[in-house]
Amino acid sequence: MNLVLLLEQTLNGLQLGVMLFLMAAGLTLVFGIMNLVNLAHGSLYMVGAYLSVALFNLTGSYPLAVLLALAGTLAVGMIVELVALRTLYERDHLDQVLATFGLILFFNELVAILWGRAALYTTMPAWLSGQLELFAGVRYPTYRAAIIVVGVAVAVLLWYVVTRTRLGMLIRAGASNRTMVAALGVNIRLLYTVVFGFGAALAGLAGLMAGPIYTVQPGMGEDVLIEVFVVIVIGGIGSIRGALAGALIVGMVDTLGRAFLKPILATVLSPTAAESAGPALASMLIYLLMAAVLAVRPAGLFPARG
Amino acid sequence: MRSAIRSLFVGVVAAGLACSPAVAQQKLKIGFITTLSGPQGVIGEDMKNSVELALDMLGRKVGGLDTEVIYGDDQVKPDVGKQLADEMLKKHQVDFVSGIIWSNVMLAVAPTVTDAGKLMIGTNAGPHQLAGKECNERFFSTSWQNDQTPEAMGKYMSDQGITDVYVMAPNYAAGKDMVTGFKRYFKGKIVDEVYTKLGQADYQAEISQLRSKNPKAVFVFYPGGMGIQFMRQYAQAGLRQTVPLYSVYTADELSLPAVKEAALGQFETRFWSPDLKVPANEKFVAYYRKKHGKSPSFYGAQSYDGIMLIDSAVRAVKGNLKDQKGMIAAMRKANFDSVRGKFTYNVNHIPIQNFYLLRVVKGPADVPDMAIQKAVFENHRDSYYKECGMKW
Repeated sequence: MNLVLLLEQTLNGLQLGVMLFLMAAGLTLVFGIMNLVNLAHGSLYMVGAYLSVALFNLTGSYPLAVLLALAGTLAVGMIVELVALRTLYERDHLDQVLATFGLILFFNELVAILWGRAALYTTMPAWLSGQLELFAGVRYPTYRAAIIVVGVAVAVLLWYVVTRTRLGMLIRAGASNRTMVAALGVNIRLLYTVVFGFGAALAGLAGLMAGPIYTVQPGMGEDVLIEVFVVIVIGGIGSIRGALAGALIVGMVDTLGRAFLKPILATVLSPTAAESAGPALASMLIYLLMAAVLAVRPAGLFPARG
Repeated sequence: MRSAIRSLFVGVVAAGLACSPAVAQQKLKIGFITTLSGPQGVIGEDMKNSVELALDMLGRKVGGLDTEVIYGDDQVKPDVGKQLADEMLKKHQVDFVSGIIWSNVMLAVAPTVTDAGKLMIGTNAGPHQLAGKECNERFFSTSWQNDQTPEAMGKYMSDQGITDVYVMAPNYAAGKDMVTGFKRYFKGKIVDEVYTKLGQADYQAEISQLRSKNPKAVFVFYPGGMGIQFMRQYAQAGLRQTVPLYSVYTADELSLPAVKEAALGQFETRFWSPDLKVPANEKFVAYYRKKHGKSPSFYGAQSYDGIMLIDSAVRAVKGNLKDQKGMIAAMRKANFDSVRGKFTYNVNHIPIQNFYLLRVVKGPADVPDMAIQKAVFENHRDSYYKECGMKW
């Protein structure tokens, strides 16, 4: 284990972390403010990926496809909120889980009907497809470096919106005490639609950035959704700060665990034991972490004030 | 009086015939279980297309009988597969059950079918149990035993004197089997053996580790979506030009349209390829391309062969489906035009067949082609047939 490799793996962890953060930010706000368990958040990630591919094929311009896909996911999110989710706020969590699970099936079949079941071909613009030479010996894919830059920029922007604007104040107030916010004359329904739409757009952003490196196919959102739930539980439900911390922790722990757990175990255990325990433990690591956090701080690391 | 009795007799016979037309003409029913929904539904779609294509070629009459194929979607779940098989056997009274992509589903379905006294024609999964101790006279495969394909890759890489190989596979039963099969024939040095989570999307951490070990070659088994992700990320990391990638069940006709140029140069081993120069195969591939506008995959080729094998069995007993012994004896001869060319069955009903080295090359279309480079094994037997006590 040398220093260069450790640095490279840290970058990998950071990149996974910012992707998780983009997903987690929307999910945690919806959960915290509207008290809604939205399993269909992964579907919005899928919608973002599909829209960007379709729009890129249509327009031939990458920046334009990204912008339109973001707007499209925002619109899809708002429509879903208006049509389906609005009726669920007063229901208990089990009803919400059932209904949003239904939405997952709906979206998966819809994209299969529109684009087929086969994975789509995705590409990235030539200026993002090479590798950067960070310094001698460390080459890093340009595209992944770009993901880190975009993710950090979005985190800063979100921080500004949430802490420095009126909309952010309403969001924070809504996460702490919804009834009081409504009683003060805020149009809470409109706030819900706006928050849900922006959460959807963030998921769409994660999806469209994931397109060229992962597989764009029906059901692509479900795998990532589980990790995102781990992130928001660790960070504290309803807290953007918690989502950021949780995402970075999960990204780092998962990446470093996959990379270094086996060699570390091999120094204390026999090679065969490390061979079988390493991968098994590495894939469980984030869940063990979640259990540990819940045991010490049941409300997560940065609980939203309630 | 006599003519009155005769006309009465004729009338009764005619009425009897009208009531039970089935007596005069037998119908063949085949249950075909595959995965039709979810991300893996793309495999089932290709298998179904190929079954339908085989039926078209036979004029919708398998073995000369009117044929009905009942499709079932196993959702990649062994319990669902078993339920489907039960339903097909009891409700639809099928004569054959065929299909099955996944080894764990196969281990649940095959005994259900053979215990019910019906014939099972597997067209993909080849778990070692069914080739060895649990072999059964009512079970036939038109694919392979799981270990055979990685064995061919191990043999080829050894023959080339390739050493310092980095091995990667998902951490589940088939992943370990593939590596075991590879190591049975690969004699060179293995730098490291890495198992990743099943269904993992991101391999960047593993690719960084891989690069730091400086291997001379990489061998992987990443089926389905995992393969698409791995091949893309391998190319994006700039390793495509520096470390050659050898694989099994990773680059195929289903993943290439999604990966395209990022897969160029990759090596695979397989028992079949669309460019295999066999008349039956050329006919199959040309018809498939004309009908669906893309190349069939090996999943489809095996399923096409499954229907053709059933056709040969039913033809041999002249449509008498009650003569199961006769059908088994006929199938053991593998007397049909297989898309892989002439092959024979081993005692365990697994094909003894050739395995080829394939390479992903630039073709006339923008989706790359898999092109046969050479035969690695000729008439290769699986490694488990000696454990099967079946006597022919």
